[in-house]
Amino acid sequence: MSRTLRGKVAVVGVGQTKYYKHGESPDAEAKLALEAIVNACADAQISPTRLDGFASFSNDRNDAPRLAAALNTKELRFSNMFWGGGGGGTAGAVENASAAIACGMADCVVVYRSLAQGQFGRFGRGPQIRQVSGEAAHTTPYGLMSAAQMFAMKAMRFMHDHGVKQDALRAIAMASYTHAQSNPEAIMYGRPLTQAKYDASRWIVEPFRLFDCCQENDGAAAMILVPAERATDYPHKPCYVLGAASGGPNRSAAPVHNAPDYGSSHFNTVAKHLYAMAELTPTDVDVLQSYENFTGGVLMSMVEHGFCDADEVNDFFKLPNLLAPNGRVPLNTSGGNLAECYMHGLGLTIEAVRQIRGTSCNQIDGAEVSMMIAGPMVTPVSSCIFGAGSTL
Amino acid sequence: MSHYLAPGLPAPAPARDGLDAPFWAALEEDRILLQRCRGCDRFQWGPEWICHRCHSFDLDFAEVVPTGRIYSYERVWHPVHPALKEQGPYIIVLIELPQADGVRIVGNLLGDPNQIVSIGAAVKAEFEHHNDAQPPFTLLQWRPS
Repeated sequence: MSRTLRGKVAVVGVGQTKYYKHGESPDAEAKLALEAIVNACADAQISPTRLDGFASFSNDRNDAPRLAAALNTKELRFSNMFWGGGGGGTAGAVENASAAIACGMADCVVVYRSLAQGQFGRFGRGPQIRQVSGEAAHTTPYGLMSAAQMFAMKAMRFMHDHGVKQDALRAIAMASYTHAQSNPEAIMYGRPLTQAKYDASRWIVEPFRLFDCCQENDGAAAMILVPAERATDYPHKPCYVLGAASGGPNRSAAPVHNAPDYGSSHFNTVAKHLYAMAELTPTDVDVLQSYENFTGGVLMSMVEHGFCDADEVNDFFKLPNLLAPNGRVPLNTSGGNLAECYMHGLGLTIEAVRQIRGTSCNQIDGAEVSMMIAGPMVTPVSSCIFGAGSTL
Repeated sequence: MSHYLAPGLPAPAPARDGLDAPFWAALEEDRILLQRCRGCDRFQWGPEWICHRCHSFDLDFAEVVPTGRIYSYERVWHPVHPALKEQGPYIIVLIELPQADGVRIVGNLLGDPNQIVSIGAAVKAEFEHHNDAQPPFTLLQWRPS
């Protein structure tokens, strides 16, 4: 029996709440989670009581057994949390849910993520405390305390090593904003980003300008996974999991910025496992959703997934190459974390499914292979590939 | 010496488990002590309970010469802490210590916050004492040499 997830699991339902600017959700975080799950079940035309597995990531505060109780599920068979923060686990949660289904541990698993920052506070703000200890003691007193500051240091080194120009980051930001202009659900719908607007925007921390940094949002998203052999029982065109991988290279969590492979998004080992499982290469990928916490992370993620060579990024990262429907690698086709919504990457994952269904607001004609890369530069990271039935 | 950043940021405290306590104590005496394994005589940083190379638990702290080179850097413009509201731009550097098996350490690059920073450039340590803090502490800063 081959040890693979390829073709064994399908996504049959996706759901989300309305997306809000951070702190603006009128609903509590737990209510948002429930609403997204109920919407995903409605999309799959199943009762939420049929769910028997729950998988999340990034320390989601909504406890799986509590959600199962609130939804009155008949039984709970799989409750799972992917280690690590910062959205590194979006595809990892899909991977874990798929593994549970492939191994017969559960039959109907929901992957979910919910965020209400008005209720629980923002990410991009330093700690308002008198003392810090542990790893933070070695960074915070020097003014290094936000995600942007943690990751700019890695992107700067990569850009130095490979002569990357700021224009490459700008192309990534503009791709997300361009695609959001055809997505009425996107937070930045009606707010296009021009080259001049990007160039005039303020620095957050070099090499990241304002538009290189993701939003912070309130909302929730969910997707329903079932065994592949049941996929055609549901109303939508099935979207199969072709591969998923997670983790990080040697000592990627070495403290105080001591990861050996430093100028990296941490996908160098993960990507090869992903392609091996999916039995595909980068040239097979029709459309890509790549998690923008910061544009520099997308750049390194795409290099490490083999979409372009590290020393060719200035040629490759040009806006036309990244745009739907005819770019070389259409990127973040619903607006991504930068311009649709920052739902810790689950919004990107849903868009990857829409591309297989053929229902994206920036649809790639005949898309058969759709990839999602989760939060780069943290550890562990994860990525996954979905495919249409024709790829099995 | 004066302090590079405006006052009011969280102060460093030794870890409750004591893992990095010798490092913070040594800075107050203008010395850099980093973790070194007695099993294989090599440095690692940040400190761990085990040597990642030889898996020895026999770990010690050893003095490191106060010179290094810039491995990466960033110039921060957007303040994410109220204490830095009036700070203006400042530079954080990641310093590689070639004489301590290449381990890296985070600090600020002293001098003009708008200076051009070169990855690979040589730097020298300066000990920034916060003697008025309760309890007092020392930060390890860097200046182009």
